[in-house]
Amino acid sequence: MKVHLMYPDRDFEPNQNLPSNEAALIQDLELNTLFEAMAQGDKYLFDVVRQVVLSSLDSPEIIRYRQEILQDCLKHPDVVRQIYQIPIQSVENKQRHWMGIFTRYPSGILSGARQMLEMFIDLLKVLKQIANENAEQFESRGFRRFFAMIQQELDDDYFAVVTHHLKELKFQRGVLLSAELGKGNEGTNYILCRTNRQNRNWLERIVGRKSPVYTYTLHPRDDRGAQVLGDLKDRGVNLVANAVAQSADHIDSFFNALRLELAFYIGCLNLYEQLAQLEEPIAFPFPAPAEERRLSFTRLYDVALALTMKQKVVGNDVNADNKDLVFITGANQGGKSTFLRSIGLAQMMMQCGMFVPALSFHANIGKRIFTHYKREEDAQMESGKFDEELGRMSDIIDDITPDSIVLFNESFAATNEREGSEIAQQIVRALLEMRIKVFYVTHLYALANGFYERQMENALFLRAERKANGERTFRLIEGKPLQTSFGKDVYTKIFGISQ
Amino acid sequence: MAYMSNRSFDSNHTLLEDYSGTKAREVKLESFSIPFNSILFERADQRKESLEAPAFFTDLNLDQVIDAITARKKEYHLNPFFYTPLSDAETIYYRHEVMRDLEQTTLMAHIKAFAEKMILVRRYLALVEKLDSNYHKKGWYLEAALVYCEAILELEHHLNLADIKSRGFLAFRDYLTNYIQSYRFQSLLAESREVKASLSSVKYCVIIQNGRFKVRRYEEETNYSVEVEKIFEKFKQGAAKDYRLQLKQGSGINHIEAQILEFVARLYPEQFAALDKFYEQQSGFVDETILVFDREIQFYIAYLEFIADFKSRGLSFCYPRVSRSKQKLYSYEAFDIALARTLLYSQNPVVCNDFFLEEPERIIVVSGPNQGGKTTFARMFGQLNYLANLGCPVPGKEAQLYLFDQIFTHFEREEDIHNLHGKLQDDLVRIRNIIKQATPDSILILNEIFASTTLEDAVFLSKEIMARIMELDLICVWVTFIDELSSLSEKTISMVSTVIPENPAIRTFKIVRQPADGLAYALSIAKKHRLTYEQIKERIRS
Repeated sequence: MKVHLMYPDRDFEPNQNLPSNEAALIQDLELNTLFEAMAQGDKYLFDVVRQVVLSSLDSPEIIRYRQEILQDCLKHPDVVRQIYQIPIQSVENKQRHWMGIFTRYPSGILSGARQMLEMFIDLLKVLKQIANENAEQFESRGFRRFFAMIQQELDDDYFAVVTHHLKELKFQRGVLLSAELGKGNEGTNYILCRTNRQNRNWLERIVGRKSPVYTYTLHPRDDRGAQVLGDLKDRGVNLVANAVAQSADHIDSFFNALRLELAFYIGCLNLYEQLAQLEEPIAFPFPAPAEERRLSFTRLYDVALALTMKQKVVGNDVNADNKDLVFITGANQGGKSTFLRSIGLAQMMMQCGMFVPALSFHANIGKRIFTHYKREEDAQMESGKFDEELGRMSDIIDDITPDSIVLFNESFAATNEREGSEIAQQIVRALLEMRIKVFYVTHLYALANGFYERQMENALFLRAERKANGERTFRLIEGKPLQTSFGKDVYTKIFGISQ
Repeated sequence: MAYMSNRSFDSNHTLLEDYSGTKAREVKLESFSIPFNSILFERADQRKESLEAPAFFTDLNLDQVIDAITARKKEYHLNPFFYTPLSDAETIYYRHEVMRDLEQTTLMAHIKAFAEKMILVRRYLALVEKLDSNYHKKGWYLEAALVYCEAILELEHHLNLADIKSRGFLAFRDYLTNYIQSYRFQSLLAESREVKASLSSVKYCVIIQNGRFKVRRYEEETNYSVEVEKIFEKFKQGAAKDYRLQLKQGSGINHIEAQILEFVARLYPEQFAALDKFYEQQSGFVDETILVFDREIQFYIAYLEFIADFKSRGLSFCYPRVSRSKQKLYSYEAFDIALARTLLYSQNPVVCNDFFLEEPERIIVVSGPNQGGKTTFARMFGQLNYLANLGCPVPGKEAQLYLFDQIFTHFEREEDIHNLHGKLQDDLVRIRNIIKQATPDSILILNEIFASTTLEDAVFLSKEIMARIMELDLICVWVTFIDELSSLSEKTISMVSTVIPENPAIRTFKIVRQPADGLAYALSIAKKHRLTYEQIKERIRS
């Protein structure tokens, strides 16, 4: 039995390696704000959504598979949350009754596993009930397959057979083992057997047999002997304990998988409810293949900013279809970083199958998504800082492939403008020629203007809007790079000096 | 072990060159018929083992190296072999031949498999000594014999298939073949297999209830575990944790198991009578010569295993020529094996160095910036010559090394507060003793002596000592801060450590035979990160 709500044909792997630039993505795109909104204080949810969001998909097909399931979830949130409760209940039962396989001895393993199986069977019955009542209303391929599987695999006969064996496995009549002589004449190959004749108790049968039977009765105070006999029994039930424990583990891992794969959708539900409260729109994006160059959106907003401010925030409309390079220049504190982040966030959300914070959003998939942001000042010398920036860039080059996306924010400004521009120019030029999509926020005029003057078809230049009176709208408009970044404005505002 | 041969020592060299064809081998076997003595020494009278490490071991860090080599082979007590340098080239080449044979990976694998089995034999026999229960004891004795026979047969089989060229292995192979054909071995083989086969056919049932158990013959009962597995199959989710208890090998036998075995012996009396007979008739079956081989061959295995890690990192080892002649000594791309060992699992590269001494040169004076690898070079020089005298391959691409009688080292020591004489006097006493004991055949390695005195004194004393060393005409490496020592006579040559002038923090550890030329690398910072336009395109493409 497979859950398969994250992929049509495989399990979600919770421990798969995250991209090497995981930490940079989280820091630069404020992903923790997103994760926290989705998790609502639940650590498990946090870990799962973090894993899912960071494990970007590169197949539009799988993205659509998850989008369908998520749409079902948005339509039937109560049923989905009810199913999510089943694996939670299993976890709680285990904790409350100290269930589990804690011992290293087969008879202990057997009895622990038997108890767990009994509990699991009850929960599977509940799951079956929910499937019977609600399967019809779900439309996504993922949920239809899931419900059909439950109804088919867990029929009433099966429940009966399992219950019978769980009783047998208590071995109330003793344990019969076959064995052979191994190395050094030590008993080996202990195998638990069932007697051949069903109608008579096998203990009675022994009494009436012809071939010799030797009996040994332990002295009542022979504790060591009793211990050894117990060990021997353990060897015999070794395999059967293994089978039962593995079965318990399998059902346990089925529930774990169910919890894991639903957790992502529960996180999406949580986020959806919060954005609805802020009256912010959401849209299911249209992912285009990685080889295409698509990016067009309306009212794209920075979801991290909205969640932090707890209010509606400014959105942007841009059409950057067929563009490989987008330069963003202009006023300090004019919304450049926010804009860059909104693109990065939407891209990440789209590529894990989520809705995005916009009215509409089309974009091609990025094989990998990288951020290269200027880092805050630290104790290092300037030259050391530039070195560090280039070191991070080199790490990106180590991992990058064609059709990836790189978001630069004020990169390579830790040296003088001429040198910084020259190095950045070489890097960007090489990336473009290797079919990598580049977004670059900068106040390096020489850099942005250098590209502007090339009049490339596949480049778009955006500028943070600044009205004549110095007021900022936090919107981005198309426009050529300007010589100054209006730092003076900010200075004036902060220090309150009139011009 | 009787050993008689009329073969003169000098004829060995011609023999070496005759190895190419089997015909030559047969001729050799017939005409000389060399009985096998030892895989380490061709003749019994060459045999020696020192129990103590040589005095210079710590200075050259050879203690770390040898301990690392023998660490995983403690039970063989190999250190004495590594503490005993050989005095003659012939035994060194005898070992080279064996070592080269063992470099064939298949032969190495088979020898290791043999050693594994011999370990088992010893372990089982030790168990037999400890056990009380009659049939368990005899059962393990049988087990030991089975493994022993298997080990011997497999070894001989693989030695016959292997392309063996060394005198050592050829003689051992003949020994082994004769041994296998002996009545003693053949009867052991046949009887052990027969008894084992009949015991293996025994199958019985144990019925365990509260406070008692029963034993009877097995009557085709069905396996219940398989049935249970089927029922729960549909929940399979890929690989599952294995809950099977790992049964302990050769665990202590207890009275319950002994009682069960006694019942089983009553159920199957013939099989156990055969075991009783085997135990009586086959006592003390392990051959002494094979036991010695099993230990001695580990000398080679331990060393080859040790250097394998270095080779996989791209470092070279070579079989050096050795001689008593000082006309020409050299080594290319050698390295300090102790330092390389600590760097093995780090990202830092191991720096290789060359040296050569040609008539009339005797003394390498190493000077130059600190932290540049001078001491490392001096150690390397000592290690190379020492390892060569063990008959081992040495670090480097090619080497001709010196067949020394003794090595003396003088390395800077911590000052001993209990020593009232002061450091300078101490140094001088030590050096005087060294010069007293040293012969023209010795190797001397001096590292920063007189560092604690005034420059003027140091120059004076060094020149005095240098004169004595030159007089002795021995091979010497002298690490010093006094440049002028390097140009005292035609016997001295100068080698210097180097650093990158722009970034002295980066150590090159390169020691070159010339004054520092201040070689600089004016790399741009972007180039360093490989981030120029061309570099990026190259990197993403590949």
